[in-house]
Amino acid sequence: MLRKGFAIAAVVGLLASAAPAFAKTTEEEPKEFSLSTDGPFGHFDAAQVQRGYKVYREVCSACHSMNLLSFRNLGQPDGPFYDAKYKNPNENAFVKAIAKDYNVADIDTETGDVIQRPGTPADSFPKPYPNEYAARAGNGGALPPDLSVITKAREGGPAYVYSILTGYHDTPRGLTVPAGKYYNPYMPGDLSGFWSGPKDKVPVGGFIAMPPPLVADKVSFDDGTKSTLQQEATDVVAFLDWAAEPKAGERKRTGFAVLIYLSLFAGLLYASYRRVWKDVKH
Amino acid sequence: MADTVGEITPAGEDPSRRDFIHVAALAAAAGAVGSVVWPLVDQMNPSGDMLALASLEFDLSKVADGSEVTIKWRGKPVFVRKRTPAEIAKAKADDNADLKDPAKDADRHKPGKAEWLILIGSCTHLGCVPTFGGGDWGGWFCPCHGSHYDTAGRIRKGPAPKNLALPEYAFLSDTKVKIG
Amino acid sequence: MSGHSTYEPKTGFTRWLDSRLPIIRLGYDSFVDYPTPKNLNYWYTFGGILSLCLMTQIVTGIILAMHYVPHVDHAFNSVEHIMRDVNHGWLIRYVHANGASMFLFAVYMHMFRGLYYGSYKAPREVLWILGCVIYLLMMATAFMGYVLPWGQMSFHGAVVITNLLGAFPVVGESITTWLWGGFAVDNPTLNRFFSLHFLMPFMIAGVVILHVWALHVTGQNNPSGIDPKSKEDTVPFTPYATVKDGFAMVLFLILFSVFVFFQPNAMGHADNYIPANPLVTPAHIVPEWYFLPFYAILRAVPDKLGGALLMFGAIGVLFVLPWLDTSKVKSLRYRPTARVFFFLFVLTCLVLGWCGGELPDNMVFQVGSTASGDPIGLNFVWLSRIAAAYYFAYFLVVMPVLGLVETPDAVPDSISASILNHSAEKKG
Repeated sequence: MLRKGFAIAAVVGLLASAAPAFAKTTEEEPKEFSLSTDGPFGHFDAAQVQRGYKVYREVCSACHSMNLLSFRNLGQPDGPFYDAKYKNPNENAFVKAIAKDYNVADIDTETGDVIQRPGTPADSFPKPYPNEYAARAGNGGALPPDLSVITKAREGGPAYVYSILTGYHDTPRGLTVPAGKYYNPYMPGDLSGFWSGPKDKVPVGGFIAMPPPLVADKVSFDDGTKSTLQQEATDVVAFLDWAAEPKAGERKRTGFAVLIYLSLFAGLLYASYRRVWKDVKH
Repeated sequence: MADTVGEITPAGEDPSRRDFIHVAALAAAAGAVGSVVWPLVDQMNPSGDMLALASLEFDLSKVADGSEVTIKWRGKPVFVRKRTPAEIAKAKADDNADLKDPAKDADRHKPGKAEWLILIGSCTHLGCVPTFGGGDWGGWFCPCHGSHYDTAGRIRKGPAPKNLALPEYAFLSDTKVKIG
Repeated sequence: MSGHSTYEPKTGFTRWLDSRLPIIRLGYDSFVDYPTPKNLNYWYTFGGILSLCLMTQIVTGIILAMHYVPHVDHAFNSVEHIMRDVNHGWLIRYVHANGASMFLFAVYMHMFRGLYYGSYKAPREVLWILGCVIYLLMMATAFMGYVLPWGQMSFHGAVVITNLLGAFPVVGESITTWLWGGFAVDNPTLNRFFSLHFLMPFMIAGVVILHVWALHVTGQNNPSGIDPKSKEDTVPFTPYATVKDGFAMVLFLILFSVFVFFQPNAMGHADNYIPANPLVTPAHIVPEWYFLPFYAILRAVPDKLGGALLMFGAIGVLFVLPWLDTSKVKSLRYRPTARVFFFLFVLTCLVLGWCGGELPDNMVFQVGSTASGDPIGLNFVWLSRIAAAYYFAYFLVVMPVLGLVETPDAVPDSISASILNHSAEKKG
């Protein structure tokens, strides 16, 4: 009886909580989006993450930092430039070459002067702006968010980021867009104050300070993949998703081993339990 | 559960099979505990960012003749010393002296690079950092308990049991060395 | 701990030890030979599961403390350092974070089981109250733990909950300032929350020992609510209860693993991956799921102090529960009317949880609009008010009154008789 009662209560409760939570702000539901990492069997597609890194480096990194990432992360297992030859990602030749392309501020240990030296794999990704104020000043007052964990830090995850990147839309007639802002239906916002049309037809979405960052052929891919807007956006989101949790592959692989072990263990214990209790009426 | 009630229990159960299931269940439990322990222990080993700094490259052109630069490698000092011919000669001359931890000078540096002596700057006694120019052999002297090292970093006098250790290193070019 | 001990030391050493520190005897009497009612069902396995949860949280927590930096400038990044660089750090952190949810889930199951089978009634009042103390400590620990990653939800959650204490007249403001160690939630707050978050699990462990002690004095309740009368009614704890608890624990671990390895952030909130920013509040601030019912009660009251008092009252009422229930029959198995009210109460808790996650002005359903365009229907504030009213009515009205007026079913004479009845009922 207790079991049945709970089951009914739980089902009713779940049905109730399945209804979406609404905020005052509105936005378009993120587009359908899938990555090779989706699902319990998903894994990173190194070529795709490599292309995505190129998009980040050539486009996004002009304004967006990735403070939690170091060059060495690119060469660790599941990373885009992982090479089994180099156990220590610090020695990965490709990663070293990438790091070397950047100049990193340092202190000369002999003279104490501030110098620029070539990067090493242990260095973190360079910041586009020295501090938040500079970042805001360079972007009309808006702060470009750090992208290290962006796909985990937004409701909707990778699909949301993809939708923002590809979702720029012609401004509906009757909507006044403030200077330095762009209309994007996937950006959460409340546009009723900027809308001169009928009150019940306020466009969904909001304003974003980032101009449309990607267009076709903005980045040329080394592996010959055709550089469409969708391709660039998908790849960069794949890269950002990897960056948000580089250990996700290890997590899923471990998870399978653990679940298989626990299932067998449960089976054994159940058999043991039945034998222990078999002569007791309970 | 409840459906076992009222069932007729099968007679003549094989006792060894019964035992086997209990033993297997216990073994599975032990295995589970064992595999949980490893991550809990391994987390104390050096993390990814520590390992990233486990090797470093050093530009030798900054080191003048007869001087040394101390750099931090894996949290410890490393002496990079450019020896003068006099120091090298002195070290070679003592190759056959009565040494506590016998070593030829030639084994203390890379072949053909006698001027470059690269040592872990940690006294083999209890880990203090020796200073250069002290001691009776013109090499290093450890202020903690008075160990004397010569110009090849060999222990000559005092409580330290061994010569100053050599890190793993390799010359990438004439002016660049990779330590670690 | 109660009754006659049957432990007999067999070797010279154990005899020697037994006359000096009878610790093996204690363990033997409590966990091996301890008589357990033989009709305990799976709802009774959550006690063992909870000790596993507590141990898991303490072990993973101590490890996380080795890598975590309780400073506003480093807290967020040190958590990411654990996720990215520490060996198996992602595993340990996800176990700890999801472990909190699993712990609370198990404790709710344990509490509902106690409510259903009347485990709080004489002579188990102290056992129940100790359980309530543990629950209170768990909530405080969970709240402070959620602050530590120093994300947006951590920070603003801490702001909201600490401000709640400011509702108390006269001393409220001094209390919040004292709690913060400043004029807002800031570095001193983070530091003391870390210290207390580290301390409290050990306090919980202490009260758990008292809880288990009290349990062994009175003996376990059971689904029939009848105390064991003869040896026929019980089985030794080992192997009977241990193997059943063990099996249930592994099933629980499977559920736990699914979350840790495949849905590790499902019970968290995306905003907590944004570093704390005191200047911007997330659009929709909600506590973790296990606090949602209380959050709904808080928001159901339009007055700040009233809301806070009612919320604490919702937990406080549990402490006096043993004296609110007037029924002579323990188990709801023999109280058909009370059972209906109980399941309504479970549903109410779930509804409150639902309300806690929604904006108060949103509509549950809408039947029309006023001339000015405002919706007519039931919004979440009113739904939480209705639910909160029933929550309190269940304890303060239904329990005392129903015990006096209802006619319970016939209660069997013994556990063994109840087993026969119960299985006959199931089959028929």
